[in-house]
Amino acid sequence: MSLSGLFLLIFLALHLALNFAALFSRELYESVCEFMDTNLLVQIMVPVLAAGFIIHILFSMFVEFKNWTARPRAIAYRVPNKSKALGWESKYMFVLGVIIVGFLVLHLVNFWAKMQLQHFIGGEPENAYDLLIALFKNPYYCAAYIVWFAALYFHVSHGFWSAFQSIGVSNSKWLPRLQFLAKIYAAVIFLGFSAVPLCVLSGLCG
Amino acid sequence: MKFTLKVWRQKNAKAKGRFETYRIDGISPDTSFLEMLDILNNNLIREGKEPIAFDHDCREGICGICSLYINGRPHGPDDEITTCQLHCRKFKDGDVITVEPWRSAAFPVVKDLVVDRNAFDKILQAGGFISTTGIAPDANLIQIPKADAEEAMDASACIGCGACVAACKNGSAMLFVAARVSALAKLPQGRPEAARRAKAMVAKMDELGFGACSNTGACEAECPKGVSIAHIARLNREFLLAKIQD
Repeated sequence: MSLSGLFLLIFLALHLALNFAALFSRELYESVCEFMDTNLLVQIMVPVLAAGFIIHILFSMFVEFKNWTARPRAIAYRVPNKSKALGWESKYMFVLGVIIVGFLVLHLVNFWAKMQLQHFIGGEPENAYDLLIALFKNPYYCAAYIVWFAALYFHVSHGFWSAFQSIGVSNSKWLPRLQFLAKIYAAVIFLGFSAVPLCVLSGLCG
Repeated sequence: MKFTLKVWRQKNAKAKGRFETYRIDGISPDTSFLEMLDILNNNLIREGKEPIAFDHDCREGICGICSLYINGRPHGPDDEITTCQLHCRKFKDGDVITVEPWRSAAFPVVKDLVVDRNAFDKILQAGGFISTTGIAPDANLIQIPKADAEEAMDASACIGCGACVAACKNGSAMLFVAARVSALAKLPQGRPEAARRAKAMVAKMDELGFGACSNTGACEAECPKGVSIAHIARLNREFLLAKIQD
């Protein structure tokens, strides 16, 4: 799960870099989308990326089930577990993951299915920039998009350092450094992805 | 001080348990929590009732046998201490205190607040030892960097009480196993068997029904000896490298 998580973190950074093209000009964003639709490496990486998501989701379900069986059920505990943790998000990674997947489906239906998928199935893709502007002019869609990335912020702020911990690439010196880097990376992802809808909604672009 | 105690009572491993409420008065703030339970048990015996069963031994915070879940936290509302080192002054006069057994499917209740922690012994039997042969070298013949010795000693501080498992929402024993693996892997005597040890102890941990680690850090926060989750990273590293070498 940690390796697939790290793979998805790299994808997020690449996706964010491509999104920034929309902040500059219609032409730049359309040329980036054209590159994504025609580049051979990207075509190969699309199913790999899908596999990364599926592996991450299936593994998390397996681990969640294993952990559920490890909890005692013979005793009706009266007091909730008040043990301190590093952050509330660390206890609710699966719940955050479910929220993220829910919005991901919405995102795929609204964007990917009308853009890149059409190239794969021989359909007529919509103009990427027009689609982006039309969707982000809707304040409710923008709010949902930002809530999605807020959930992702908390998921990544734990998942980033936790992945390194799980593959053994951490120690007493690097643990606090990785935890700090996780917050930075999560904040960059959240602020970066939120910038495009906020710019469109405020009229700064589009 | 006076307290209302809600205590988990269970006749034996198979019986259905329940909470019972007891009131206790005239407790000095400097009484330890276990001494308070002793006083309560004396009262129960005088009344002809069954005393509350709970684990205790050294009462010095080093044996790791005391194991109470007090108001939702293993070893109670204080940091880096065992239950036997907890004193009544940490509570307010008139408090309602809920006392429950350790929380983990791998630690079943034997009676009242006593749980079976043999699972830890089985994990240690799987690989938590050094079995290399040869003549014992003279002291100081093998030089050990101070940082390595310190880290090994920090890991060795684990008293095997199981608070890490009880605190973990996943019932994971990773901190316990990591402490043992780390303590031995950082020292030259334990190094030759490090790969076999990591694999065997992790396999036994999984077999015994402990959960998987999701790095919540609750184990470190509630560990009476403050064993760091950095040791879990070492366990993961040792385990993965051992598996790759296979």
